[in-house]
Amino acid sequence: MEIPRHWRLKQQRYGLIGEICPHCDAKIFPPRDICPHCGSEAKTSYAFSGRGEVFSFTTIYEAPTGFDETAPYTVALVKLEEGPLVTAQLTDLGETRPEIGMPVEMVTRRLRSDGDERGMLIYGYKFRPVLH
Amino acid sequence: MTDIIIAGVGQTPVGERWDTSLRSLAAQAIQAAIQDSGGLKPQALFVGNMLAVNLSRQAHLGALLADYVGLTGIEAETLEAGGASGGAALRQGYLAVASRMVDVALVVGVEKYTDVIGPDLEAALATLTDADYESIHGLTPTAQAALLVRRYMHENQVPADGLAGFPLTAHSNGAGNKNSMYRKAIDLETYQKADTVCEPLNIFDVAPNADGAAALVLTRGELLPNDFPHPIVRLAASSIGSDTLALAERSDPLLFAAAQVSIEQALQKAGITREQVDLFEYYDAFSIFAVLSLEAAGFAKRGEGWKLAGDGFIALTGQLPCATLGGLKARGNPGGATGVYQAVEAVAQLRGQAGANQVAEARYALIQCLGGPASIAVSHILESIA
Repeated sequence: MEIPRHWRLKQQRYGLIGEICPHCDAKIFPPRDICPHCGSEAKTSYAFSGRGEVFSFTTIYEAPTGFDETAPYTVALVKLEEGPLVTAQLTDLGETRPEIGMPVEMVTRRLRSDGDERGMLIYGYKFRPVLH
Repeated sequence: MTDIIIAGVGQTPVGERWDTSLRSLAAQAIQAAIQDSGGLKPQALFVGNMLAVNLSRQAHLGALLADYVGLTGIEAETLEAGGASGGAALRQGYLAVASRMVDVALVVGVEKYTDVIGPDLEAALATLTDADYESIHGLTPTAQAALLVRRYMHENQVPADGLAGFPLTAHSNGAGNKNSMYRKAIDLETYQKADTVCEPLNIFDVAPNADGAAALVLTRGELLPNDFPHPIVRLAASSIGSDTLALAERSDPLLFAAAQVSIEQALQKAGITREQVDLFEYYDAFSIFAVLSLEAAGFAKRGEGWKLAGDGFIALTGQLPCATLGGLKARGNPGGATGVYQAVEAVAQLRGQAGANQVAEARYALIQCLGGPASIAVSHILESIA
């Protein structure tokens, strides 16, 4: 299923690779080659630290195909310490109730189930509470 | 500039229309609109639709529908802008008639939801988000709204039932609309006890996806017949704004910037102030969208829009009646048809045909539909020039 599409995104999914604008120093995720802040060309790769905090979150009960087997699950907007927001699931929560402002860090997990289909597994970033 | 007139309106009841196909829904609305116009002959058909490719495995609605209603041969195409598809189709009809490329344009919004249910429906809806950076993480449109409301409540110290007034107003108004999906008022206790859909949203914070079609016939003022049977309603302004598709790519997710821009432009084009707006059909697909739209439009300060429903500001007798025939919440949210329903309802108000829900002395109606969390915002201002 859509193998090249997911392969193209491997740097973002596994390494949280975005861009830094050489003109205004804005840190950009996901990469888009045009800086949304100053409008200049921005193609310089930048690896985000993967640390941030929860900006908002919700729990999904009625999930799309491919996610229904893992429902309910929690999706968040995470504010990366470099500035951008990113959409991702929260994982490894255990008994922790997520809160706005909770520090989180990136981990790599399986993003979706292929069900009974024979296809590749799609991995990518999720965020977990920061381990002390 | 010459007046662009909404000469005919038509709609089907909104709901779970198991017995009626996509093409039949559209045809019912189209035939009603042409009849309402006194039999004007359309030269072009603009279809607003959001998900027929996913939910009905049917693309190419322009050819399908023009032929199905006996208009084979005319210009016909589909406009897609997520939940704002109906508004985009209306704008295309407006541009066609205003440019004089077309004398009579037919606009239809149609959505057929109920042939698909469960996870497959959620997956279809998720295609309206950013596939590479949102839906791959399991995000859905409902979850986007939940993320917004959680943050909004956090920043503005809103109590858990602080948005109740929006669905309460919608359901109260929906009771007076015979085409409404829900025709029963609800009380605060019902809201407070409702099941959670997607924390912190409960079922009354989410408008029901439903089947329906609505249609409009547009023409220029000088082409109206002398015996035109209705009070005349013109399109005083039309405007579309856009924002990032993905919610996360906004520096300020609680600002509906596209909604703000499109309303400012529409007011400017109509030559009126927001205080002159007599009613506002906002896009309450989720309660929080109504709040953020009211703030974006300048009817409330940032962080204070949630208070407007509680104090009666948006009631039929309030300063700015909203969702006057039930809004998306009670009338139902038929996807790409919603923006056209808003226009049909605004015409009913401006013609004085809104029955028990009539807004007194309505001259200007503002309607706005949104694609996603205002990734696209389409605003129109309708004016009674009777």
